Amino acid sequence: MAKLTRKAVLHVAKLANLKLSESEIVRFGSQLTNVLDYFENLLKVEVKNVPPLFSPVKQKNIFRDDKIRPSLSQSEALSNSKSVYCGYFKVKAILDEK
Amino acid sequence: MKNNLCELTLVEAKNKLENKEISSFELVESFFKQIKKVDTKIKSYLTLDESALEKAKECDQRRKRGEEKKLLGIPYAVKDVLSTKNLRTTASDKILENHHPLYDATVVDRINKEGAIVLGKTNCDPFAFGCSTENSAFGPTRNPWDLKRVPGGSSGGSAAAVAADECVFALGTDTGGSIRQPAAFCNIVGLKPTYGVFSRYGLLAMASSFDCPGPMTKTVEDAKLIFNVIQGKDSLDATSSEETLTRKTKLRIGLPKEYYSFGIDLEIKKSVIQAAKTLEKNGFSLEEVSLPYTKYGIAVYYILVPSEISSNMARYDGIRYGQERKSFSDEVKRRIMLGTYALSAGYYDAFYLKASKVRAIISQDFKNAFKKVDLLLSPVSPTPPFEIGEKFSDPLQMYLEDILTVNMNLAGIPSLAIPCGFTKAGLPIGMQIAGPRFAEESIFLVGKTYQELTSWHKEKPKL
Repeated sequence: MAKLTRKAVLHVAKLANLKLSESEIVRFGSQLTNVLDYFENLLKVEVKNVPPLFSPVKQKNIFRDDKIRPSLSQSEALSNSKSVYCGYFKVKAILDEK
Repeated sequence: MKNNLCELTLVEAKNKLENKEISSFELVESFFKQIKKVDTKIKSYLTLDESALEKAKECDQRRKRGEEKKLLGIPYAVKDVLSTKNLRTTASDKILENHHPLYDATVVDRINKEGAIVLGKTNCDPFAFGCSTENSAFGPTRNPWDLKRVPGGSSGGSAAAVAADECVFALGTDTGGSIRQPAAFCNIVGLKPTYGVFSRYGLLAMASSFDCPGPMTKTVEDAKLIFNVIQGKDSLDATSSEETLTRKTKLRIGLPKEYYSFGIDLEIKKSVIQAAKTLEKNGFSLEEVSLPYTKYGIAVYYILVPSEISSNMARYDGIRYGQERKSFSDEVKRRIMLGTYALSAGYYDAFYLKASKVRAIISQDFKNAFKKVDLLLSPVSPTPPFEIGEKFSDPLQMYLEDILTVNMNLAGIPSLAIPCGFTKAGLPIGMQIAGPRFAEESIFLVGKTYQELTSWHKEKPKL
């Protein structure tokens, strides 16, 4: 497999919402290339007609009664946050003004 | 009579407490003394719970009043990826450096309801990503058998704490070997249960279709006791199971030949085969079996697990809890990148879907083997504990360490790591007994028999 290019590293980092430093871009690029090369081993396995296995358990549609149960108070829910304003979580603006 | 209370196994400590030979206060006090004495060298703990002594006093009062609980007054340690109410839980990553969970993980809650006392939280690889505990943002834990070496990982702090008598038992988590490999590296017992038998609620998710919390103990008997306290359906985890455990009496043990190849260290191979012979002499039949797809396990695992990681880690947005995403450790960023790549447009079929199909084939491999034999016996790790720094800069080499453990997680089957010898250099060797889903009872039977016949698990590191 070809080397993971700088462009590809930056694209994946953007998708993953990670800001990488210059040294991380270089380091991860080469380390991940090695790992991706190793994955080529799987090309040898024939998987025609094999259904994928996504979980070891087969249970489906696990429901419970929709009853009101004790939950966190507002102050508890906010207690681990660094960005709180008047009892709300404070988030960054999603839309920029142009 | 053991001269040090810290050396007691769970069953011994429980009996002594019940017979009122010792108090819980004395027990907890001796563990804090032991931690003070050895943990500056080993660094098993990230956080200690100062209230443990007060809780021990309360437990002693409760016992006086005639209260009977399975674990009343027993102190234990918890891996730092399991939530503990109001007790700092960092996942060994800077992003959660000051995180205080608002509830206990179900596994912790069930143990506490039986009267056990949390001593503190143990070090691990960040979010359990790793197999040496070197990735921890708070520095590595050291192997009590040789301080230059790693204790294994990711549950390295829990394993080292049990081995160095810094707790009666500990909880770990196993996504690809993270209980079994450190157990083998530190000469203790560790169980990765059947996926779904232990609730994952309150476990800081790594890979949701793989993660299993489990006990790390001084004996198989101890692991069985904890297993019985924790197992069972939890309404807070939809994948937790209601199925009942199976138990067979006449057990056939398979030696999967692939697990004795891959350049496994010769001393390890010799010890595990010796253990197999010991079991054969004592009523268990042996048979060679083959799991031909074993060699693909690492590739499948390191596609699927980072994929699930990249999704699970999206919750760390620095808003509701934790710091900004730039404070993630290197290994966390690396795995998020790998998973995001494997799931991204144009690569999903070649990576994620293909790997999920090979996962099905590997799972079938085990099913085929279990038509011939009841359990499988193999080494846990291809090498003895390695030196700190030895593999740190080469992630692929580190990933290959997991070659003998990941397949059980791909299939969701249980496996128990047990001490079975030492190398000439005095480093611990472990073996694992795996079985079909829900076969824990049979696995415990073999493990317990082996420990009655041998004394490897009684050896202690010199500290």
